[in-house]
Amino acid sequence: MSTSTQPKVVHRRGKDTVKSWPLPDRIAYFSCWAVGIGLCLVAAGLILFMLNKGLQYVSLDLIFSNPAVGSDQSQTGGFLAPLLGTVILTLVGTIIAIPLGVATAIWIVEYGRPTRLARAVESGIEVVAGTPSIVLGIFGLLLFSNGIFSFMSFRALGGAVAGRSFLTAGAMMSLIALPLIFTSTREALQQVPAQVREASYALGKTKWSTIRKVLIPTARPGILTGTALGMGRIAGDTAIVVILLGATMQIEKVGSAPIVSTLRGTGSTLTSYVYNNSPAGEGNAPQKAYAAAFVLLLLVLALNFGIDILSRRSKKEIV
Amino acid sequence: MNSPTPLPPIKRIDPSRAPKVVDPRHDTLGAADAIAAAVAPGSSNRVERMRIDDLSIAYGTKPAVRNVTLPVREGEVLALIGPSGCGKTTLLRSLNRLTELTDTAVATGSITLNGDDIHALEATDLRRRVSMVFQQPNPFPMSIFDNVAYAIREQAARRPSKSALAPLVREALEDAGLWDEVGDNLDHPALRLSGGQQQRLCIARALASKPEVLLMDEPCSALDPKSTEIIEELITRLREKVAIVIVTHNLQQAHRVGDNVAFMYLGELVEYGTVEQVFNAPRAERTQNYVGGVFG
Amino acid sequence: MPQSSAARSERRAERSLGALSSLVLVLITAMCLFVLLKAWPSFSHNGPMWFGWGGNVDDQLAAIFNSPANPAKWDYTIRTWPILYATALLTIVSVAIGIVVSTLAAVFIVEFAPPSVKRVVSPVVRLLAAVPSVIYGLIGILVLVPFVGNHLIGDGRKNSVTFVVQLSGASLGVAVVILTLMITPIMIAIIADALRAVPNGWKEGALALGANRWRVMWTVVVRSARPAIIAAAVIAAARAIGEGIMLAMVSGSVGFAPNPLDGITFVFEPLRPYAATIVDNAEGLSVKPFGQTIYAMAAVLLFASLMLSLGGTLAKRPLRKYGVRL
Ligand SMILES: Nc1ncnc2c1ncn2[C@@H]1O[C@H](COP(=O)(O)OP(=O)(O)O)[C@@H](O)[C@H]1O
Ligand SMILES: [Mg+2]
Repeated sequence: MSTSTQPKVVHRRGKDTVKSWPLPDRIAYFSCWAVGIGLCLVAAGLILFMLNKGLQYVSLDLIFSNPAVGSDQSQTGGFLAPLLGTVILTLVGTIIAIPLGVATAIWIVEYGRPTRLARAVESGIEVVAGTPSIVLGIFGLLLFSNGIFSFMSFRALGGAVAGRSFLTAGAMMSLIALPLIFTSTREALQQVPAQVREASYALGKTKWSTIRKVLIPTARPGILTGTALGMGRIAGDTAIVVILLGATMQIEKVGSAPIVSTLRGTGSTLTSYVYNNSPAGEGNAPQKAYAAAFVLLLLVLALNFGIDILSRRSKKEIV
Repeated sequence: MNSPTPLPPIKRIDPSRAPKVVDPRHDTLGAADAIAAAVAPGSSNRVERMRIDDLSIAYGTKPAVRNVTLPVREGEVLALIGPSGCGKTTLLRSLNRLTELTDTAVATGSITLNGDDIHALEATDLRRRVSMVFQQPNPFPMSIFDNVAYAIREQAARRPSKSALAPLVREALEDAGLWDEVGDNLDHPALRLSGGQQQRLCIARALASKPEVLLMDEPCSALDPKSTEIIEELITRLREKVAIVIVTHNLQQAHRVGDNVAFMYLGELVEYGTVEQVFNAPRAERTQNYVGGVFG
Repeated sequence: MPQSSAARSERRAERSLGALSSLVLVLITAMCLFVLLKAWPSFSHNGPMWFGWGGNVDDQLAAIFNSPANPAKWDYTIRTWPILYATALLTIVSVAIGIVVSTLAAVFIVEFAPPSVKRVVSPVVRLLAAVPSVIYGLIGILVLVPFVGNHLIGDGRKNSVTFVVQLSGASLGVAVVILTLMITPIMIAIIADALRAVPNGWKEGALALGANRWRVMWTVVVRSARPAIIAAAVIAAARAIGEGIMLAMVSGSVGFAPNPLDGITFVFEPLRPYAATIVDNAEGLSVKPFGQTIYAMAAVLLFASLMLSLGGTLAKRPLRKYGVRL
């Protein structure tokens, strides 16, 4: 009233300067900044570099034509087949991984008996998550070359089973997505409040129908997130493709049944295409490798960040 | 020290939100003037360590402390009382600028330490001179020794050796009345101590750097009666060494350990005076309502 | 009797879910058995010397590949020391650098970065984690390797080791740089989570005692998040050990053991770990003794990653008490 005529001093932050710190602390502080900014610069550099190469070399022609045999980069065609291969393989892998991952998460969170088995399964999934994909691939080749799995791939005249196909590669790829789907489903289920379950039981619903009608719908965003991350991983993996899909130039069908023939057949993906067209592979067509890598990068980033953007938008609608 | 400037009268709270037990007309202007006189500089012959002058703090647009003026004097224990949510913790944390950890907090007014604006002091410097004990005991996950030595180590330009630290650690633990219990086990993990011991360890930790002011935010609210008693005795003993500001919602405790009592209500300072005066002859109506039930 | 049939279907649901979940255990067991059985001849022919040194490992691999058709005359002799050494060297060096970098980065993200910067850095970390390894490899082989080969390695340096190994730019140094970049984001994510989970009371307590913001992080927050740093290192090590594609592209793919005594040249020497060896030789898996030798390398990787998973689980245990879930 009487003294409020002059403006008051406003304090948000008092003096707290890094300059007053001892030298080692200042060095550590600036190292933190340097590392943080450094990471941003590396990421920006990587994206800009790929963008530059992508805009330079990607053309509709490349995307819509198949690879071909040729002596230089102008003759070797595009990467339609690898692009389709990535899509098919990702779908196969995800379709196998979702039921497995969701079922396991439900069993762990809602039943989890016997406790020991549940704990073993959880560790098992961690082991799968930690197993190098090259080992998964090479194991898959061993497994699926067995006679009983001949329906999944190609049996040569001598009776040897090739073990290489979209189905076998997809089966192993599902193991890459499994831990991600499992973890995010488990988190989502654990966050469902106990009252929700109790309310459903109070209505006389059984546990199983509670899971189906209440828990799975509630956990759906978590399942979706895990699935998107898993798809990103599958699309980005190369080792399993090189070993289990054959990395053939075209999609080679096996048999004549419409979809099955493709699934049993071999092919390539964007990752193996990039690998084979780099100086490390046989193709050595850097421009094509860059173009395919750019498309691959877009795809993987869309899978990793698309869910974020979608969920942010839906949250805004609710608020 | 500042020359006595005319202080703003204590603002009345919104009448619709004031307790209706007593007719608000009885909350006479005389009380406000008497309190303004009591908090004014020079109202006591003891040395003033800190002075809070016309301090207001808001979280975003929500005010938590409004136009508070208070002295913190050497050799005295200042007890802050008031109902929960009235801004005691906020006021206390502003004294060593811990409120700055909350992004939304904005303060106006001034706080001085020995006459210097605390906002012009380095935060680290201020906080080693104005130390704090929290509501929940928060010993670090280290040995008892390392806990007590923490502040000394952090303040030294060069890491002091363990043998140089030992007497300082012992003194702090003795001040906190913990030496007899843990003196033989200084390398035990602090988290294994009981709740009361942990809180005394936190007091020792805060005392180790020989602060000028010790802030305590409901230091006994998480403790059992026995530990509470020990800590209250401790506060009584410590008052000669360090100026203490203690927040408590327990009126008996304020009565037992306080020399001066400040009563806050909805962010305002409603009453300030000596323990006897506030509890036996409260000047403001709202103080009467609040402390009235205690000694009946 | 509707109730008992409901109860029966309940039980059936639980059993089917449990069975489906246990598949993963069956699979791991099968994986260990299949790979080990296939690999066994290679191990049993060489004994512990499988890991030993002697001769040129690439020549040995070629000899195995060209074994005569008669199974009695199959060649199995191999000494994989250079490959083992390369695997260990790459993993240890990149994880060691990764620990430092990711701890600093996590502290930055959790504590020092202003909110606006934080909003940028967190997605950046996720982005770096999401980039497929073949893209890292591509940039490595087309940009970094030529740069190192043309500008950083002088002719004098090339000539100094010309009788031992060719220096092309594909090297330990480039491999470590890219590998570190690949494993750092996941470490940052784990460590930052743990730093955030450290009780606020400890942080405030340390600040209130007059410690500066770096010392608060270092002496209290990072210190109590040590289990997370170990867990992050273990998980990152599993990634690094198993990275085949990128390393097949930038490591030079030579079964050579870089020699630290060569001074700076050490950094420019090529090498090839187990995983990259498998990638490079994927075509020959059906050739009997050769395939078995390659499977033996896979068995070593499998064993190492099992041990690391186990170690990771143990390292993560103390984290649970802060409520960090990984
Ligand atoms: N970090 C914060 N952010 C926003 N509001 C806060 C914060 N801390 C306290 N407040 C609000 O400020 C008021 C005073 O709180 P506080 O100082 O903790 O009271 P007391 O300690 O007396 O119980 C309360 O209304 C409380 O809700
Ligand atoms: Mg409080």
